[in-house]
Amino acid sequence: MENKESLKSKGPMISVKGLKKCFGELEVLKGMDVEVKEGEVVCLIGPSGSGKSTFLRCLNKLEEANGGEIIIDGQRITDKKININKVRENIGMVFQHFNLFANLTIIDNITLAPVELKILTKEQARERAMELLKRVGLEDKADVYPSQLSGGQKQRCAIARSLAMSPDIMLFDEPTSALDPEMVGEVLDVMKSLAKEGMTMVIVTHEMGFAREVADRIIFMDDGYIVEEGTPDYIFNHAKEERTISFLNKVL
Amino acid sequence: MEFFQVLTNSVGTFMAAMGETVKLAIVALIAASVLGVIFGLFTVSKIRILEFISQIYVGIIRGTPLLVQTFIVYYGLAQVLRPLGFQWKLIGGPFTAGAVALSLNAGAYMAEIIRGGIEAVDKGQMEAARSLGLSYSKSMRKIVLPQAFFTMLPAIINQFIITLKDTSLISIIGIRELTQNGKILAANSANRVMAIWLVVAVYYLIVCTILSQIAKIVERKVSHGK
Repeated sequence: MENKESLKSKGPMISVKGLKKCFGELEVLKGMDVEVKEGEVVCLIGPSGSGKSTFLRCLNKLEEANGGEIIIDGQRITDKKININKVRENIGMVFQHFNLFANLTIIDNITLAPVELKILTKEQARERAMELLKRVGLEDKADVYPSQLSGGQKQRCAIARSLAMSPDIMLFDEPTSALDPEMVGEVLDVMKSLAKEGMTMVIVTHEMGFAREVADRIIFMDDGYIVEEGTPDYIFNHAKEERTISFLNKVL
Repeated sequence: MEFFQVLTNSVGTFMAAMGETVKLAIVALIAASVLGVIFGLFTVSKIRILEFISQIYVGIIRGTPLLVQTFIVYYGLAQVLRPLGFQWKLIGGPFTAGAVALSLNAGAYMAEIIRGGIEAVDKGQMEAARSLGLSYSKSMRKIVLPQAFFTMLPAIINQFIITLKDTSLISIIGIRELTQNGKILAANSANRVMAIWLVVAVYYLIVCTILSQIAKIVERKVSHGK
């Protein structure tokens, strides 16, 4: 309880108000309000095309918002003047298609950003990278190229790459959607351990079992809106909105 | 037999001429590579004005013959800039003019090759780099361009060979490179015309073959490193 109080006084890690995003004529996000507290794990679910990924990509400005405001850890990133590179150092992102750097070995994938951004020395970065690789069970893959890894291994490496920057927030954009079924578990396990350690996480996912188990809160989106949000128990067992119920009936 | 006579008798002038050809090609290729990278990056920059400049440049060069471009650079600029005291012979004469024309020409094609190479790299590579906090230019240099280079390499080599052969057209403004050397020799011995031009062709063939072989070695080396 005491913990909760101190978090409240610090304000939310992520605060989104009235977020709008259009692609040309198409309005993808029609005014989203979301708050994520430090250490909270929020899962975004909903049909494809509902705007989940776009929302996530707005949080680190891979997509530019057309309206509303986004405040990350006290910084209004929707301001034009903000140094977005600095903000991104604190927000890890894991992509559906891994996006490991094809021209670099696994270890170089992980050390690139901390070294280039002068956060760690080469030696420190290497040491940290090896720790992280151990953590995701890939310590023997340090010197191979991404093309030699399986999908699950790639995604675990991608998570390690993000963690190398010691971010306070991690964004996951359908991290297991491109994986063969037998590899989903190994990636979800890494994410679970992160959640346990108190990482602030926003996860777009189709893994309902995972969302139910790990999420503190689930947001159901459809057609650019938040339809309903609540605890996993609420969303899965007591949802009130027709659209939430029919979506869950289809996917469960 | 005349062929071999020409080959042996005029080794001296042809060697000198080949030197000019190679020099012209090297200068042009280096300058064209620089221009190509700059304008290629302009095109993918998503900055309207830069894209526009690049489009105009590539459009003009691709839409006009190298020969005309050479005349514009050599004679045209000389006329227009004469009031300012400019003369080509102050900065290396026709060789410099030829190198400028050839560089501008090859640069436009290189820009297109580089644009294509960059666009062929998966967008996710740039996004991943940016998401880690790396700047656009750093992401470009560390991640996108190295990958683009692999896909571009065959096309770049091809352009190098085309440019090497295009030096032939620069003979028109009086540089004594291989083609000009052939013209001079042929003018003096009308009964050996065929032999002379065959010798010229052989010299080009040799230079181009050497370039292709070097390129092959480079390509193999680079793809090994991958």
